[in-house]
Amino acid sequence: MRRGRVGSAALVSPALLWWAGLLVLPVGLVLAYSFFERGVYGGVVYDWTLDNYRRAWDPLYLGVLGFSVRVALESTVVSLLIGFPVALFIATRPARWRTVLLVLVILPFWTSLLIRTYAWIVILNDEGIANRALRELGLVEGSVRLLYNEFAIVVGMVSTYLPLMILPIYAALERLGPELVEAAADLGANAWKRLWTVLVPLTLPGIAAGCIFVFVPSLGNFIIPDLLGGGRRQMVGTLVQSQFLEARDWPFGATLAVSLIAMLLALVLMQAWLGKRSSREEAVTRAV
Amino acid sequence: MRSRGGELSLGALFVGTLAFLYLPIAVLVGLSFNESGLPTAWGGFSTRWYGELVRDEEIKDAALATLVVALGATTLSVLLGTPLAFGLDRLRSRTLDGLVFVPMIIPDIVYAIAFLSAFNLVFTQKLGQQLGLWSVVLAHATFGIAFVAIVVATRLAHFDHSTVEASLDLGASELRTFLEVTLPQIAPGVIAGALIVFTLSVDEFVIAFFTAGIEVTLPIKIYSMVRFGVTPVVNALAAVVLGVSIVLVLAAMRLRGREEAA
Repeated sequence: MRRGRVGSAALVSPALLWWAGLLVLPVGLVLAYSFFERGVYGGVVYDWTLDNYRRAWDPLYLGVLGFSVRVALESTVVSLLIGFPVALFIATRPARWRTVLLVLVILPFWTSLLIRTYAWIVILNDEGIANRALRELGLVEGSVRLLYNEFAIVVGMVSTYLPLMILPIYAALERLGPELVEAAADLGANAWKRLWTVLVPLTLPGIAAGCIFVFVPSLGNFIIPDLLGGGRRQMVGTLVQSQFLEARDWPFGATLAVSLIAMLLALVLMQAWLGKRSSREEAVTRAV
Repeated sequence: MRSRGGELSLGALFVGTLAFLYLPIAVLVGLSFNESGLPTAWGGFSTRWYGELVRDEEIKDAALATLVVALGATTLSVLLGTPLAFGLDRLRSRTLDGLVFVPMIIPDIVYAIAFLSAFNLVFTQKLGQQLGLWSVVLAHATFGIAFVAIVVATRLAHFDHSTVEASLDLGASELRTFLEVTLPQIAPGVIAGALIVFTLSVDEFVIAFFTAGIEVTLPIKIYSMVRFGVTPVVNALAAVVLGVSIVLVLAAMRLRGREEAA
């Protein structure tokens, strides 16, 4: 390289300064607010306190946290059960087809989450397409409640984040090479055994990355539980929003946000510590 | 040979998954052409709701606001993200490379309250400046920089540095080398990154909702239409926004695909 480290520093510093001012400082402020008291009319009173964190242990809020973790876990498991075979299907197609199939899978991910979530309201409501289809098939009479519950939230999460499960698993399968994947997937008898003894262990980093990719954004999601939970079931994201905009309790909202980041950070660090960082970055690079 | 049954069930699962992923999009597009405007009854094909969409002044204003925000955020992201990618490519620091992914894992609701808290403290309380489209631009550029940097850095990883050496050895200035050798080669990456940030900004709701003050962008408009009384116009609007996103993302993917083939 002709220009030295000074030139490189000049290249990276504008962006890093931007993030220092518009990412580190704002998040730091949220962290600080979580240790302050709430003013009588909203706002923040600059008196140190741990009350917000004590309050977060109230069964009411622990329940919301527990429900968020449960929904994120359910979404992750469902995505894995669908995503692994789908990734296997794509990886065993001829090379010229794989890119097209991958694009088909990823494309919806890049469209508006808000709009697709609204579409699920249209599909899942009592008079929606899903209920009419169930009636036509004679499976139900009248209608089943598909909307404004845990089921609707998980459907919304899976339809949003499933591509993030498929991509890293596909990347891991592709890295094994088509021969190995074919050999493991073929050979008729004992396909299950081969799946568990060859493909799953060898693609474990991809599977782990996919699980993190689905779990992390599901846990803190706001739009999906807000629209599909119908205000009946709160998740951390909707609770943070209501503390900020409705209850006007910024310190407590900040406390919940800090707890959320702490959980996500722990997960991501664990993933990095497991030494799978390269595969994670590769998969994200692919996704964008 | 793997059993045909196994092969068939994998194929069926794939088709079913695509149907599941595209169902929301198909339903809204279909609904937007429904004369009755109701999801419950097909009243015949009609472009009526698109006509109402075009005549809606509030939606027009929101579309213009969205465009201003997306252009501003994209410009800033390219101006800061591209040099960052070059720097990352030279420094080859794993820590820095990892750092670029941090803005992408922070949940949007956390971003939203962090920006609201900081903007409120600095601009509203100290400077008496109300939040507006400009604050949404700053917020969107913050994650946009990361996307541009990652996409351009991938391009740089495939970049043949010997062409730069050759140009400099042949006596071209650094500026001329950058403009005539480096830039043409990485331009598709920069454009792809820009398209991705533009799309993300146009579709972004949560952060805009918290940082736009009294301004209204398209996603904010769509949210209020969905939450407080759905009119069939929202379906036409949704179909248009979905169409725009799909075209932009396909263009970005095409630009990036060419690079991988090269």
